[in-house]
Amino acid sequence: MIARFSLRLVALGYLAVLLVLPVAWIVWSAFGGGVDAVWRSATAPYAVHALLLSVLIAVIAVIANTVFGVVTALMIVRHPFPGVSILNAFVDLPLGLSPVVVGLSLVLVYGATGWLGPWLTAHGITVIFSLPGMILATVFVTLPFVVREVVPVVREVGSEQEEASRTLGATAWQTFWRITLPSIRAGVIYGVVLTMARALGEFGTVIVVAGNIPGVTQTLTMYVEAEFQNFDPRGAYVASLELAVLAILTLVLMNVVRRKGVA
Amino acid sequence: MAITVQGVSKRFGDFQALDKVSIEVEDGSLTSILGPSGSGKSTLLRVVSGLEHPDQGRVLIFGEDMTHLPPQKRGVGFVFQHYAAFKHMTVWENVAFGLKVRRRPKREIQTKVAELLELVQLGGLAERYPGQLSGGQRQRMGLARALAVEPKVLLLDEPFGALDARVRQELRTWLRRLHDEVHVTTVLVTHDQEEAMEISDCVVVMNHGRIEQSGEPRRLYDHPDSEFVMSFLGYANRIGDSLVRPHDIRIHLQPGADALAATVRRVVFLGFEVRAELEIPEGQTVRVQLTRSQAAELSLAPGQTIYVDLAHSRRFPEEREAAA
Repeated sequence: MIARFSLRLVALGYLAVLLVLPVAWIVWSAFGGGVDAVWRSATAPYAVHALLLSVLIAVIAVIANTVFGVVTALMIVRHPFPGVSILNAFVDLPLGLSPVVVGLSLVLVYGATGWLGPWLTAHGITVIFSLPGMILATVFVTLPFVVREVVPVVREVGSEQEEASRTLGATAWQTFWRITLPSIRAGVIYGVVLTMARALGEFGTVIVVAGNIPGVTQTLTMYVEAEFQNFDPRGAYVASLELAVLAILTLVLMNVVRRKGVA
Repeated sequence: MAITVQGVSKRFGDFQALDKVSIEVEDGSLTSILGPSGSGKSTLLRVVSGLEHPDQGRVLIFGEDMTHLPPQKRGVGFVFQHYAAFKHMTVWENVAFGLKVRRRPKREIQTKVAELLELVQLGGLAERYPGQLSGGQRQRMGLARALAVEPKVLLLDEPFGALDARVRQELRTWLRRLHDEVHVTTVLVTHDQEEAMEISDCVVVMNHGRIEQSGEPRRLYDHPDSEFVMSFLGYANRIGDSLVRPHDIRIHLQPGADALAATVRRVVFLGFEVRAELEIPEGQTVRVQLTRSQAAELSLAPGQTIYVDLAHSRRFPEEREAAA
């Protein structure tokens, strides 16, 4: 009895110290100067731009990596080809590499003096210090999540339901949308949540690739850092709060999607 | 012929699953493919359905060459051993699936699904999810789903294999009745010889990727072509190099011309049937089946010496054994 109680206490205490206290402190600090001050901080032009930019990049990364992740997972499990183990290993690469290294390597490839830089410049495309580079960097670092979540689910579901669908006259496309996707939905959703969280929170890679130009290439995480350095903690707290709210919104949204139509 | 398979071979790596298999399935019949696991029976069924592509040979359904068509274009219904229920859909949606992907009118789907659910006795469970059904109910749903698209042939891959003995017996009888009602050409894969004997018009016995023999169940039982068929379809005692069925052994109390002396070891009364275990001089155990009255006449008791007449035993040429 006592043992169980103290175990719970430890678990809750751990959560409180690591998670609840800091988040509560941010909320407290953000609202310390009243609602008006929060509103002013939140609607500052650079803050708004940073928020929109972060959301835009995250949404694009989620879409790109969900499509890539589901297709890759299906390929790895269902249609393994000779080089599949290499592909499998490469998918994990972003997890192992330091974000700064990823950012630097992107600069080396796409930068003005990089391998592809001159060709891209000649065709009027700027990657580094602009949106394409930021998207590229974010997509790169969030690459593994959907694949890693979906592969075990695809394996577990097996191919019998898909076979049944085919014998019932469904085309490959119909089978994918009506059978495969719904049956791996839980894995996809979890992968999306992780991708979204990482994309919104990404800092190192994007700052290397994009600089930190307020109102242009400054994302919400960079904004938090900049405000903090500028001795405007309220701006930092409010932006942090926005990040937390975005995370919670993602979780709630995904829970709604997951429950839809399932007994 | 509803289904014609000509010289089909299929290899999985080093394993020869099918070795130049040819069969013909008559229109409107219920045919069983019977064999031990690894005999290639499921692979043969999957080749007919298009879920597996043969390395060699052809598959014709009602005279039309289907060898290179994908399953969705073959007009076959397939029932899986582990049901392959669409878990995220209700029973109703499962059964309606084939009609929906064919974009049939709503009203037609409604009528057809209701009709089929009645046929498989799931009328009241339309709104349930597969997870809320028993194994037997799930398999009946699988059957309704396969029948919904009015397949030219119905293929069942060990449909009752995952069910317990009582439900299996029930469903087997029910399937035969259903077949007599619906008349769709049906091929059923099983490793259960009793199941095959009980419900089929024709049994195809497979072993090592080849057809051992095919024909009416009774013919196969009475006139097996090989040792394998004889010992796989029902029990057979092996005495020396011949095989004999337990009920084909005659027992005498007096020594006779061709009779072998034996000692009774055990007598088991199973209602109408009486089973005895005998020991012959070489130390082998022989199983005998008698009727109650035969046993009473002989008044068999353990330890007793009797004489067995093996006139009905069979021998098969050596070469078949070697070939297998």
